[in-house]
Amino acid sequence: MQEQASAIAVDPVAGPTTATAAPAASVHAPRRRKMTFNWRGLVSIAVFFLAWELAVRLRLPGFHELPGPITVARVLVQDFLYSPGYWESWAISFKRVLLGFLFAQILGVPLGLLLGTSRRFNAIVFPVFEMMRPIPPLAWVPLSILFWPTNEASIVFITFIGAFFIITINVYDGVKAIKKEHLWLASSLGAPRLTVFRRIIIPAVIPSIAVGMTLGIAVTWNVVIAAEMIASDSGLGRLTWEGYVSSTLPVVFVGMISIGVAGALSTWVVDVIEWRMMPWKRR
Amino acid sequence: MADPALAETERHEWPGGDQLWLAASGILGFLVLWYACVKWVPLAAFGRLPDPLSVIREWLSLNPSYGISLFTKDYYVHILYSTYRALAAFALAIVLGVPLGIFMGWKKSVHQYAYGLFSLLRPVPPLAWVPVAILLFPGVEPAVIFVTFLVAFFAMTMNTYVGVKSIPEDYFRAAQCLGGTSSDVLKDVIIPGAMPSIFTGLQIAMGAAWFTLAAGEMIAAQYGLGFLIWEAYNLIQYPTIIIGMVTLGFVGYLSSVAVRIVGNRLMAWREERLGTAG
Amino acid sequence: MRDTLNGTSYQSGSARPSSGKVSIRNVSKIYDPEGARVVALDNFSIDFAPGDFLAIVGPSGCGKSTLLNILAGFDTLTSGEAYLDDELLASPDKPPRPGADRVVVFQQGALFPWKTVLDNVTYGLIKQGLVGRKEAEERGIAMLRSSGGLDRIAGSYPSQLSSGMQRRVEIIRALINDPKVLLLDEPFRAMDTVNKSTMHQHLLNIFRDNPKTIMFITHDLEEALYLADRVIVMTTRPGTVKLDIKVDLPRPRSREMMASHAYIALKEQTVMAVREEAQKAFERGEREMA
Repeated sequence: MQEQASAIAVDPVAGPTTATAAPAASVHAPRRRKMTFNWRGLVSIAVFFLAWELAVRLRLPGFHELPGPITVARVLVQDFLYSPGYWESWAISFKRVLLGFLFAQILGVPLGLLLGTSRRFNAIVFPVFEMMRPIPPLAWVPLSILFWPTNEASIVFITFIGAFFIITINVYDGVKAIKKEHLWLASSLGAPRLTVFRRIIIPAVIPSIAVGMTLGIAVTWNVVIAAEMIASDSGLGRLTWEGYVSSTLPVVFVGMISIGVAGALSTWVVDVIEWRMMPWKRR
Repeated sequence: MADPALAETERHEWPGGDQLWLAASGILGFLVLWYACVKWVPLAAFGRLPDPLSVIREWLSLNPSYGISLFTKDYYVHILYSTYRALAAFALAIVLGVPLGIFMGWKKSVHQYAYGLFSLLRPVPPLAWVPVAILLFPGVEPAVIFVTFLVAFFAMTMNTYVGVKSIPEDYFRAAQCLGGTSSDVLKDVIIPGAMPSIFTGLQIAMGAAWFTLAAGEMIAAQYGLGFLIWEAYNLIQYPTIIIGMVTLGFVGYLSSVAVRIVGNRLMAWREERLGTAG
Repeated sequence: MRDTLNGTSYQSGSARPSSGKVSIRNVSKIYDPEGARVVALDNFSIDFAPGDFLAIVGPSGCGKSTLLNILAGFDTLTSGEAYLDDELLASPDKPPRPGADRVVVFQQGALFPWKTVLDNVTYGLIKQGLVGRKEAEERGIAMLRSSGGLDRIAGSYPSQLSSGMQRRVEIIRALINDPKVLLLDEPFRAMDTVNKSTMHQHLLNIFRDNPKTIMFITHDLEEALYLADRVIVMTTRPGTVKLDIKVDLPRPRSREMMASHAYIALKEQTVMAVREEAQKAFERGEREMA
């Protein structure tokens, strides 16, 4: 999930990054349509949980050791919701996501801008960048552990790698997409390079930064969880893994649900930030 | 490496002679920097890393000290395992994801059913499924393939859906008023119309699949490039780590290129306007 | 020699087609009847005879496209009936189906980008199973050739053609099926004046050589008067017939005609009517926003 700066592309974890283009029906109706609730969606969710519970009760192959949704819910409420250790795991994972994400922005945005504005820089640096980009973030784990003095730092580094390439590429594509005409216009009006940079390039890449953030946050969560499973002793990923290792399986599901909720929360926060950054996109 | 969805606005710029020099110097500079950091910077952190020379030496040696090089059988065994898993997951994701995406885009009811389930499952990072997958499936192999499949499946379905939705209504209408049946609409409008998005989805799915696969292999598998990397670390065979990483990156990149080439062949009709005469 | 049938002039020698009589009786179309209740068409009635070239004009949002969609079979009606050659085409109980007897040429152009020109043109014939592929291709090439030597681009893709060529191909794609009615939804809207003018001549030539019932929607009043036998001015939403103007100018139409008194009088009449409706629409728009 390291590629795709396109605003049309859909990342499986982050979801579509632009409004899908619905075919236009020529209904000249005023915007007072009532919101229809997605009953069918609710049905499929309900069927899913039902099937799960049934599969466990009926001891279908593969489901022997798995707990059903009711058990999971019970364990979640009884053992976790009120335990400080659980919320500490949340905090730890969130902190890692935040730090990695932040560093990725701090390094990625300028790099993307440089790659897009300086031909020379691009020619020298881009090949190396492109060669490193396809390497999955988790493949960096051993090196990261070797290099960084603390476990925490090595995990944050992996998180950083996950988001860094996405953000850089998105910003780079954003700069590339600026119409040459705008740049020509500015320089023909005598604007110095710095002004062009400030007034044209920066505002034009804000949407790309936003897209990069949305794609990046989803990947970041995925990476953190995996990194925690492999190489850490704390956090929600570890929680999930330990549930598996110690055969307390409801914990595995509690972990998954928690991660899901945490991920959804972060995506929502990023969406809100995106709204703020681009008020003209509000409906 | 222009993004495929931008292909229509971007003219691919071939590196001229000057560019090639700069690129080569960039790569060389990077390697030199790496070597310098490992050997000469007096920080323990750098000292622990393998240096590029030993990596290259190991990689090209006929009798590598850690058993993995371009000339050993095991190297290719690992590559094969990873490739097979990625392809299996990928193929499954296409076979299941594309039809689902098409139906979601075509019939609103299907979309509503699927959307409910998707919104529930999508926030859960694919790798969080690893423990459950191991329990669900008889053995680690299918479990790893399943998790990889999940990621690729979501990508294919969503991109196919977006692709179908983006087809202008008029194409459907044109096919109908010219006498096309539902299956004609599927064959002549929906599938070709959604192709560009499907291919974008393929590329995303490919990237996502490799990423997930590597992690899955590191967590839970025997054989494969992810496993190789983790093993090398555990066995203190550090240059092999780099060999694994680079190979992984390279294979991932190759598969993306392959997809892009197939895509360009199948969609030759997407050329730019050539003439202007009326 | 003037042959007047319903007041329309025909060039001597060309006969009226035998089919393509359209009757629209009290058709209404209401969107979202339980909710927002948008009345797109209200008791709309017209009759046209086979071979009539009918133009429909009106302010934006007056329902012109809705009418076309109902006739073409893409949309249902809420009340009233539509007949084609005295057979029921659509009613509240009988939703209309699209068909090759009423082929549409679309506003934004709907040539399949992934098919060659020839494949596009022969699509209708092949899908209906009327002729084999070889025969269809021969007919396609013949029609393309007679339309200004377009057979030379038979193997090209639409994206390689200019907009004028694309339009011509799309018209051929429709006509090759010998439809009873040809429906054109603002087909030349996006074209510049010179190209538009050429397309007008082209369309008139087709109409002369192969007379058909044509329904042509446009917002360009001059275009409407230049091309059609009858111009229907629609009221703003809810759409109904405001004015039914007979364009009694002789065929073949020529550009010089546009300076004639008759033309100018017709144009004034039409412009006033449309302007009235546009003003109403404008005021209503402002009220809706307030």
